Amino acid sequence: MILRYSGLTEIKGSLIAVQGVQHVVYDEVVEIYLDNGAVRRGRVIQIEGDKAVIQVFEGTRFISLSNTQVRFTGEPMKIALSPEILGRVFSGAGVPIDGLGEIASDKYMDVNGLPINPVSRIYPQNYICTGISSIDALITLIRGQKLPIFSGSGLKHSELAVQIAKQSKLSGDEESNFAIIFAAMGVKNDVASYFTKEFRNSGVLERVVMFLNLSNDPVIERILTPRVALTAAEYLAFELGYHALVIMTDMTSYAEALREFSSSKGEIPGRKGYPGYLYSDFSSIYERAGMIKGKKGSVTQIPILTMPGDDITHPIPDLTGYITEGQIVISRKLEKEDIYPAIDILPSLSRLMKDGIGEEFTREDHAVLADQLFASYAKVQDIRSLASVIGEDDLSENDKLYLKFGSYFERYFINQGINESRSIEQTLDLGWKLLSILPISDLSRVKSEMIDKYYIKDKESLNFEPGNFLENENQI
Amino acid sequence: MKDEVIYGINGPVVTVKDSKSFSMSEMVYIGPDSLIGEVIKIDSEITTIQSYEETSGLSPGDKIVGSGTAMSLLLGPGIIGNIFDGVQRPLKSIEKSAGSFIPKGCSVSPLDDSKVWDMDITVKMGQNLSEGQIYAVCMETQSIEHRFMVPIGVNGKVIEVKPSGKYQINDVIAKLETKNGVFDLSLCQKWPIRIPRKVAKRLPIDIPLVTGQRVIDSIFPIAKGGAAVLPGGFGAGKTMTQHQFAKWCDADIIVYVGCGERGNEMTQVLEEFSNLIDPKTGKPMSERTIFIANTSNMPVAAREASIYTGITLAEYYRDMGYDVAMMADSTSRWAEALREISGRLEEMPAEEGFPSYLVSRLSEFYERAGRCSTLSGSTGSVTIIGAVSPQGADFSEPVTQNTKRFTRCFWALDKNLAYARHYPAVNWNMSYSEYFSDLDPWYAKNVGPDFTKLRKQIVKILREEERLMEIVKLVGEDVLPDDQKLSIEIAKLVRFGFLQQNAFHREDTFVPLIKQQEMMRVIIYLHEKVKNLISASVSMAKVMELGLFSDLAKMKYEIPNDNIEKFNDYISKIDNQIKKLIS
Repeated sequence: MILRYSGLTEIKGSLIAVQGVQHVVYDEVVEIYLDNGAVRRGRVIQIEGDKAVIQVFEGTRFISLSNTQVRFTGEPMKIALSPEILGRVFSGAGVPIDGLGEIASDKYMDVNGLPINPVSRIYPQNYICTGISSIDALITLIRGQKLPIFSGSGLKHSELAVQIAKQSKLSGDEESNFAIIFAAMGVKNDVASYFTKEFRNSGVLERVVMFLNLSNDPVIERILTPRVALTAAEYLAFELGYHALVIMTDMTSYAEALREFSSSKGEIPGRKGYPGYLYSDFSSIYERAGMIKGKKGSVTQIPILTMPGDDITHPIPDLTGYITEGQIVISRKLEKEDIYPAIDILPSLSRLMKDGIGEEFTREDHAVLADQLFASYAKVQDIRSLASVIGEDDLSENDKLYLKFGSYFERYFINQGINESRSIEQTLDLGWKLLSILPISDLSRVKSEMIDKYYIKDKESLNFEPGNFLENENQI
Repeated sequence: MKDEVIYGINGPVVTVKDSKSFSMSEMVYIGPDSLIGEVIKIDSEITTIQSYEETSGLSPGDKIVGSGTAMSLLLGPGIIGNIFDGVQRPLKSIEKSAGSFIPKGCSVSPLDDSKVWDMDITVKMGQNLSEGQIYAVCMETQSIEHRFMVPIGVNGKVIEVKPSGKYQINDVIAKLETKNGVFDLSLCQKWPIRIPRKVAKRLPIDIPLVTGQRVIDSIFPIAKGGAAVLPGGFGAGKTMTQHQFAKWCDADIIVYVGCGERGNEMTQVLEEFSNLIDPKTGKPMSERTIFIANTSNMPVAAREASIYTGITLAEYYRDMGYDVAMMADSTSRWAEALREISGRLEEMPAEEGFPSYLVSRLSEFYERAGRCSTLSGSTGSVTIIGAVSPQGADFSEPVTQNTKRFTRCFWALDKNLAYARHYPAVNWNMSYSEYFSDLDPWYAKNVGPDFTKLRKQIVKILREEERLMEIVKLVGEDVLPDDQKLSIEIAKLVRFGFLQQNAFHREDTFVPLIKQQEMMRVIIYLHEKVKNLISASVSMAKVMELGLFSDLAKMKYEIPNDNIEKFNDYISKIDNQIKKLIS
């Protein structure tokens, strides 16, 4: 029994209300027919007796109380999936927009997904070598992890995401099973084309699925985009056995779309006007990463978000950080000093790192080296702030060594070329070389056997060739 | 009675119009899939129900059936080692029946009703039993004995009893003649999650919960039956610290509630605990642990219930006479679930959008901690360690502030310490424990008479450092006089050598109290000796050359937990080295 209801009772923001309807199902998809022939889609978000409130993905422009007919489909939002989705481009709502026609398949999946049973998960332990020293050594990315990039507007987070996507595919022997799902929410056209261009140049485009909701596309559609993209990722990972890397940018635009929707619905706002359920909503996205017992593939997420005003305590990065397994923080200060990638390692963290590194996975010294680098670099910050008060000249000799360590660490370790891929051995050796600037007695995290094996006692051999730095610069 | 049907749906909130048949807090079954829900508001026109499951797919006109009882748990053998969601659905059985994803409306009995238990029935015909008394026991796991208690509110004479032997949880093993007729005693009973279980008497709390973590046991101890709050922004190591407590604390039973936690982390706990061996019993750690896993993407109302499910299970085992420790990670997610539901009900918000009843809910919850004599005459305790995730790591937010009021231990996790990879990142200047004085006699009797004195000296060193750091921040360390330099160096030793503890190091992950005491003693010994040197005008630079400070910083790794005598080597080393300077 498919009925079309004519006429609406209310239009507000992106919401429309229909009265006198029967057997409406919560969360079902609705088709909205305009007199001019246009068809839009929406979703039932509230039911009260015979009144249904519908969220229109494409917005309510040109909809009037009388020019519209509504058809309830009785189905939740689903997308068609088949192996053919690889290499295709879709809208933010999952409709093909590359002119290659519909996806022919009888496999439809609900975009909302279902929570993975914690008992069925596999604890992720396989590390992904990204070739980027700061990430591999200090914020190790693990297959099945969700590791967001916290950035600010104008910083080079897209470049970093592309570099991770390009280089990490090279590691390991399962190269052929790698897929990249790219979800753009409210990003500028040129950012989207930058991603397309880079994927094409590195020859991976046929393994990329793109879902594009650009900044001039309908705002409410953005709420669907990550869900549609993750449904595709889950299909590729858990049905076809791909290792799916999902890049979602920009989560801030997503949250803003949610806020817009929430306020038009008249909900009581929480912090900074974002709805009170922002945490639950975020987790329904981020928690769709992981690995499942008995399935070959995995879903790894790299969401990118721009922190409004570079404020890490803003609700969006704050709530994200509570759900994701760590974060990579990009610093404007480092970027100004021409460091790429400008990763501020101190607030950055990978929660899954501790079990994915060490003798079995990378090298026996990895954990202590990372610990010591963090501790020493944290001390550099203290000494820098002291130096800004009393001047560098009055620092003790030991403190001056720390300043040297700090700036070398930033210039030679964090900084690297945009196409430069370092092996994990190169990265770890470089770390020891830098630690060797400091006296042994200051390396309290490291056991003496490690010192004997890796610490370079001959300070003369510690030449950091100046060309190294410039070379990298040329590559950028 | 007429069928009640759905009128409206808004997220997890479902309404029924013109119904008189539901009572407050009643558990109901919603729609064709029989989703679990709870009645949370009734007015003359609309009855409001919160659904513990995803409501998509429901439709107005779908039936709602009342259960006649409040939201309750099924209590009986088979709880330990099991993994439940927030409303006691067994996740392992769900995996078996539904696969890797959790579908809607899967009704599985919380406890395996086909499993056979080897029962030892202890009551005799004609015996008078009162509420809470034990009528049978069985070994639930290799290390935990399950004691079957007469349900609260039931008193009577045994008129029928089965012989000891093998029974399933729904078998009747004894009958009582009560004032209200015959009562069947089986292997299970029900208890509503929001009501504290009855005890005979509350006892003073004067025994510490030993965690093996130095900064806790020595500096900010918690008592068995106490409540502690563990606030920290993301990345400060809350979860890691909770895991350490769950692994090493000396409670008999651990209830670990992952409330709105990450799925992968929950899996890690599950995997790790089934591989870990309990040092006390030599059995797998999961044989003394109950898991409640309501990850952040599972329905929000069940997240709200998960805390109560956890504490009710804890109380049930306390009543058997066990010391139970409950870890709740994180209560902020619980408070946010309250806020989210309150928002859907369009209630007037109080502070930061949280409902005004947040405070009373928190105090009710933390008051369920305690040490008691139970109705069966034994002693048991429930200790609560609640993690709080303050928004933006701001400790002035309502959940942290109000939790602080109802707990006596405050372990503030510090982001800056975590950035410097100082774990556990408990900030010694912001944290406190009010249990000191209650526990001192115990420490004096069971560890050593001067434990308290040593601890006070360590705390004093840290206070002194805090004061000096204000100056150092302005002028640098070099200009300080030698005695103050010593204070800074010794405080550094306390921080690196004592407070900082490596959870991944075999010896360091758990440290017995006696070793903690000896470590403090050696540090204080060094402090005293060097102080004398400095007053005899030996320069601090000379002292530092001896390398004693960096040697002592490594004693946590070098001295095995079971070889306390080795501390004497350090004492004599200090003596020898210092002699060199004097001569």
